[in-house]
Amino acid sequence: MQPALRIENLWKTYDGPPVVKGISFDITPGEIFGLLGPNGAGKSTTINMVAGVSRIGSGKVEVFGHDTVRDYSRSRRLVGVMHQEIVIDNFFTIDAALKMHAGYFGVKDDPAWRQMLIDRLGLRPHLGKVMIKLSGGLKRRFMIAKALIHKPRLLILDEPTAGVDVELRHSLWDFVREINDEGTTILLTTHYLEEAEQMCGRIAIMNHGEILAMESTYDLLKRCGRQELVLQLQQPLDRLPQELLNLSARLDAKGTVLSLPVPPGEGSGSLLGRICALGLTVEEIETRQPSLEEVFLDLTGLRNGKGSSR
Amino acid sequence: MKLSLKGRSYSRWQPFWTLTNKEIRRFMRVSSQTLLAPIVSASLYLFVFGATLGERISVLPGFSYAQFVIPGLILMGVINNSFANTSSSLFMSRYLGNIVDLLVTPISPPQFICAYTLAAMVRGLGVGLAVWLISNLFAELPWAHPLAAIAMAALASFLFAQFGLVAAIFANNFDALSMFNNFLILPLIYLGGVFYPISILPEFWGTLSHLNPLFYLIDGFRHAILGVGDLPFAVAFGVAGLQATILFTLAAILIGKGYRLRN
Repeated sequence: MQPALRIENLWKTYDGPPVVKGISFDITPGEIFGLLGPNGAGKSTTINMVAGVSRIGSGKVEVFGHDTVRDYSRSRRLVGVMHQEIVIDNFFTIDAALKMHAGYFGVKDDPAWRQMLIDRLGLRPHLGKVMIKLSGGLKRRFMIAKALIHKPRLLILDEPTAGVDVELRHSLWDFVREINDEGTTILLTTHYLEEAEQMCGRIAIMNHGEILAMESTYDLLKRCGRQELVLQLQQPLDRLPQELLNLSARLDAKGTVLSLPVPPGEGSGSLLGRICALGLTVEEIETRQPSLEEVFLDLTGLRNGKGSSR
Repeated sequence: MKLSLKGRSYSRWQPFWTLTNKEIRRFMRVSSQTLLAPIVSASLYLFVFGATLGERISVLPGFSYAQFVIPGLILMGVINNSFANTSSSLFMSRYLGNIVDLLVTPISPPQFICAYTLAAMVRGLGVGLAVWLISNLFAELPWAHPLAAIAMAALASFLFAQFGLVAAIFANNFDALSMFNNFLILPLIYLGGVFYPISILPEFWGTLSHLNPLFYLIDGFRHAILGVGDLPFAVAFGVAGLQATILFTLAAILIGKGYRLRN
């Protein structure tokens, strides 16, 4: 099957060291793919090269088989982008701007589709307002409608929920899922890792212009994440025994809650047995599944403050 | 309503017409600044040179000063507004960042240039037409070669629309953009023969004026309207056409490469 997006050995340099360093990946049609990384990782630069906002340094980008440089006319019709920064034309109302944006893509106005986007994104009461009078949240909603007005097959959402309230965020993700169910491929960047975990079937973690990991969200969490055992002790401990210190265990301030990562290759039952053998009496047991945030922090080196030092 | 992403059909020329339409609507929305202000300003010139001085001065035998100066004032309106339209629109798009709305679309560089140019010509020639209509209150023009006059006005508008695009790409801030207007276009207009024929200047200044690209536009336009000029019409039109070609090529190269537009 032809990939929705193919990136091959993509490089980009501004003034100074490269900001994107030879990355390659494919996105399968119909999937929701997350591109995660700390600020300055190269995510937006990558997205801008895909969308045509930035020139490609070297390498190749194809959208549904169409080269984004040689065949830009076809490839850009297939892509809808919601940029991270609020991008609006203050002169026009929501309705006029949506009609215009469809026209830029060579698409005849489809009133039913336009009205549906307006309704689904809660823009109806604000149709007559010029952009400059819209709140930040409304501008973001408008930008999603704008990205979808020409019915793209690949929708790129660059931090779509930044600065958006909780209610809107939920309705927005529901909408994105619905769009995806209809067959639109989604490329997503977000700082809310919990959202990425819930939304994305596959994730790439990027830092310093390189892809550090890329696999299904499940595999990524399983491979890179560390399950944690949290134990409520019957008797408080003054200090941790050396064996537990070797296992990177932590004790809370009262000395009654013990947390420690389950070592790779060892089950939580076996670990619990080792703890009990030390003479500790356990009152309650809880196992915590690894979160994408932990994986992200480990892979990017941000947990230990190493992330921005390179 | 159920979402349906089916039914995509594309039209090749739709992006061009949409952008042209948007650019026209942009200046129409602020018509008090973009149309009314230049028309009022030109009307004041017409009043000064038409109603007060027009009958008392003559710089060209057989014509009143009002008749001499009106073609220059019409062309001044055309030039200023064609330049202002492309330069301010493109610069503001760069400045506010909404240029990315166009960069992600399939609009080709030629479509981009033609749309901006066409809208600028509508504004420039619209102001020129309004100035001519108002000028009828002060003097009647002979319109010796009306088609040549229209062609020259269109060429001037086209040329300055290209110049506006180039200026918007090179300008880093509002100051730089206004410098193009205040320190380049305005002096060239005033020294290009709007208010006096180059032939009455001392030889040195007359020769120097031939280096002024606007001299050819103004003289050609006046020649087409009055039937007399400092240069043969074909020479004036040819030189202006050459300038327009050079600027169009430059604009096409810059926009084609995305210079200062795409990162």
